[in-house]
Amino acid sequence: MSASSEERTTIVAWSGDLDRVWPQLILATTAAAYGMTTTVFFTFWGLFTLKRPEVKVTGSDWKTKGLGVMNRQGLTKLNMAGLGPLLMKKVAAEHKVAPPSELIETAQELGVRLWPCSMTMDLMGLTPADLIDGVGEPVGAATALAEMQRSAINLFI
Amino acid sequence: MTQPARTLDASGLACPMPIVRTRQAIEDLASGDILEVISTDRGSLTDIPSWADTLGHTLVDARQEGERFVYLIKKG
Repeated sequence: MSASSEERTTIVAWSGDLDRVWPQLILATTAAAYGMTTTVFFTFWGLFTLKRPEVKVTGSDWKTKGLGVMNRQGLTKLNMAGLGPLLMKKVAAEHKVAPPSELIETAQELGVRLWPCSMTMDLMGLTPADLIDGVGEPVGAATALAEMQRSAINLFI
Repeated sequence: MTQPARTLDASGLACPMPIVRTRQAIEDLASGDILEVISTDRGSLTDIPSWADTLGHTLVDARQEGERFVYLIKKG
């Protein structure tokens, strides 16, 4: 926790599309392999990566519905939430890249901090129990920004 | 002394896995130990030297054997 800014990387994972989830997780694990204190802040559609696959977004207000609709539109872009784990593995194998689930596991092995955005969780009606194991406590934008201020490398993907 | 203390076969793994596994493999070694890394990822040609240099390890040797790239990294 006492790493200098040169040794910190923070990634804001804003999209749940596979073509962004890959760089989010590839760069996060690489930063961790460099020994940097690495944090990924999962916000908006990016949060779908941390959701347990069996959990459906069931919020009933207009905001949640809006997110759900936009998520469906993401299907054509190989959206994480739209692809089953098996299909995801197939696509990953075709690209010779590790599937997101494996990259998340690797990130956790390397101590990458996976921070869910608390506001997005409220928006989607998700609780910490709806998220995969090993993620951090939900945090707000201020916590994420404080970490970005301490980081030499900040990426918005 | 360039006898590897350990060999990591990262063949078939794509970026970022060769670097990630190298990082994990070198953790258990003592300073001065040699880690041999085998990769089929072309990106490793620049990634391994850059990674080793940044973290104070020494790339003792890098060679190509057919489809495989073989690196000897001395832990710093």
